[in-house]
Amino acid sequence: MKPNLLKLACVFGLAASTALNALPAAAKEEFKVGIVTFLSGPAAGPFGVPGHQGAELVIEAINAGELPAPYNTPGFAGARLAPIFVDEAGGNTKQVAEYRNLVQKQGVDAVIGYISSGSCLSVAPVAEELKTLTIIPVCGSPRLFEEGGKDYVFRTTGHAVGDGVAAALYVRDKFGDAPAYTGINQNYAWGQDSYKFFDLAMKTINPDTAASDNPQFPKLFAGQFGTEISTLSLDKAPLVHSSFWDGDMEAFVLQANVRGFFRQKTFISTLGASAVDRLGKGFPEGVVMGTRGEYGLLVRNLDTPLNRWFVDRYKEKYGEYPLGPSYQYAQSVLALKIAMDKAAEAAGGFPKQAQIIDALTGLEWDSFGGRVSMALGGGHQAVHPVGYGITGWNKKTGEPEATGVVFYPADCIMPPEGQTGIEWLEAGMPGASC
Amino acid sequence: MLHAILSDKTVRLTALALLALAAAGLMLPAWVVDNMMFGLARGAAVLGLLVLWRTGLMSFGHGLYFGLGAYAVALSEHWLGLSDFALRILAAMLVAVVAGFALGFILRRYRDIFFAMLSLAFSMVLYGILVKTEALGSTDGFSVSQTTFLGWAPEGKQVLFSAIIAVCLALAVLVQMYLRSTLGRLTTAIRDNEIRVEYLGYSVARAIHIKYVISAALAGAAGGMMAMALGQVDPDSMVYWTVSGELVFITIMAGPGSVLAPFIGAIIFEFLRTYAFEIAPHAWQLIVGGTLLLIIFFLPGGIWSLLERIPFIRRLRHD
Repeated sequence: MKPNLLKLACVFGLAASTALNALPAAAKEEFKVGIVTFLSGPAAGPFGVPGHQGAELVIEAINAGELPAPYNTPGFAGARLAPIFVDEAGGNTKQVAEYRNLVQKQGVDAVIGYISSGSCLSVAPVAEELKTLTIIPVCGSPRLFEEGGKDYVFRTTGHAVGDGVAAALYVRDKFGDAPAYTGINQNYAWGQDSYKFFDLAMKTINPDTAASDNPQFPKLFAGQFGTEISTLSLDKAPLVHSSFWDGDMEAFVLQANVRGFFRQKTFISTLGASAVDRLGKGFPEGVVMGTRGEYGLLVRNLDTPLNRWFVDRYKEKYGEYPLGPSYQYAQSVLALKIAMDKAAEAAGGFPKQAQIIDALTGLEWDSFGGRVSMALGGGHQAVHPVGYGITGWNKKTGEPEATGVVFYPADCIMPPEGQTGIEWLEAGMPGASC
Repeated sequence: MLHAILSDKTVRLTALALLALAAAGLMLPAWVVDNMMFGLARGAAVLGLLVLWRTGLMSFGHGLYFGLGAYAVALSEHWLGLSDFALRILAAMLVAVVAGFALGFILRRYRDIFFAMLSLAFSMVLYGILVKTEALGSTDGFSVSQTTFLGWAPEGKQVLFSAIIAVCLALAVLVQMYLRSTLGRLTTAIRDNEIRVEYLGYSVARAIHIKYVISAALAGAAGGMMAMALGQVDPDSMVYWTVSGELVFITIMAGPGSVLAPFIGAIIFEFLRTYAFEIAPHAWQLIVGGTLLLIIFFLPGGIWSLLERIPFIRRLRHD
């Protein structure tokens, strides 16, 4: 009996230890970075794939030293960045496990990624535990840095509070006499938060505009919005806020458009811009559209060398325009390069992780769409202007465009250090300068 | 009683295997230990499904109890500040037992696909409630802070790993004892002929109800351990039907042969998924699904039937 028992125990040991042999050796001149975006599932189309392409384009360009000045030095502190692409689909459990695999098994030096709030909130504590530099390009939940400071986690884009406040400011400037507003948001954390922030900001910024008592929260990926469209149409509020994205956004636009919804209502979309390109001429004119910052549709015609390079090269390589997430991923990659170059200069050699983190903390840089500064969260949370524009169809170019674009500076739309978004909004946004 | 436990060869084998794993944990790299913890936690839930499966019942909704256990850990921390391992496991099992006991009154009246689908429906009700309620964390869920042991917060994951192994071992031994008891042996009898069991003077409904509560308790403990191992709970990874699906997947993959099988199956599943994810980030689901198909075609008794080719293990069946 005994030898057989032992045999079994050996099988266990072996199964586990053979896994060890898969450990690859890391070369010195290579900087390995895990790039996590949605490669499958519903978020792949509007977020994951554009983000993946934005990162890929800029990584290749930086490795080859082809980015416009002042970022035209090749490599990251001279090293080549070797990306390992990982799928963000599969739930937060999977993401935490995969994050550990990236760091402990594949031995990456840093991770850039996470689009969904759920995945970035669950991965951040693990990043702290494993002491690995993690740059989050897209995830928008303000809870990321509100629930305790982070040493290894950075976010190079603003969060959902800024999106909501900027939308309320845009309403003040363009639709100040609207009597009331309502909303249609998906019934999950992002949709609930987005409407809450917009709602609270409206109470401070446009106190005369009444909130509807019947905002709609259909199920995530419901796909059919007949009832909601009827309810919204019967509601007297002319303004409709929405954080819809992907299939839901397109389905809603198609279903609402045939019923004349967009002639009757002003639809404020905080992140539905992927549908503008996808539906082309089928996308209604006059929709208030945001891209969560100086990204995508709103800066498509911005004429800076960096932006021209990005838009043109992206279009050339992938046959489409860069969307918000393309900019956001590219921005994270660029931030890593700048921090690493800066740290290398200070260290007089290839920087250690602590030196890169020092350089990235509080960093300010000119990104593709505009200037970004890591001003909040102890220098770990980026702020930048957030704007909105109105969709239209440019007959000359035969392409969609945004007109009447207004960007609101970061100090008007983001809560100050040490205050959570909700506290700040409920207190009436003290200190906001516009 | 103790003698009966210690002389049971399945118990001995399970103890030896899990202790070997605990010892191996000291030498293995952190990511392997992590994946094993996930595997063991899931294995405990699969053990719960095994208890039902032996009676010919399959629940497509054990994510309900898995999720209740996980949320019991997260919410007891969020509301009461609990972080002790034993209290967390107890809270997880308690919540699952209460829910399982209540729902058992309805579910014990159904068999086959009706039982499976009804349990799926209940799990999706919990999913819907969690997603729509901001106070319960909505889709973002909660993070779960480090587990303490009587006030001691150890460095690294080794202690938690050992504690999870201890719980899994205890659960496996209890289930084995149950399966060998008269009530447990009714299991197969009920599957074969319910009416005869009734004529023997046993209540089938009550036997199934007890089975269901045991199975819920196991899944609750599993969810609690998963929440501690992972440090995060959210409806999509704890309650959604795909979670229940994964448990069924592992049950079939592992086979119903032994109380050790669920743990082996669940650990293999974790590694299978990890490698599939790494090798084919765009098509990992295909590899995982393909493996299940191969097992169903070529190993209808699951992975355990492979192990049963070893004479010593085969003899356990008739023990």
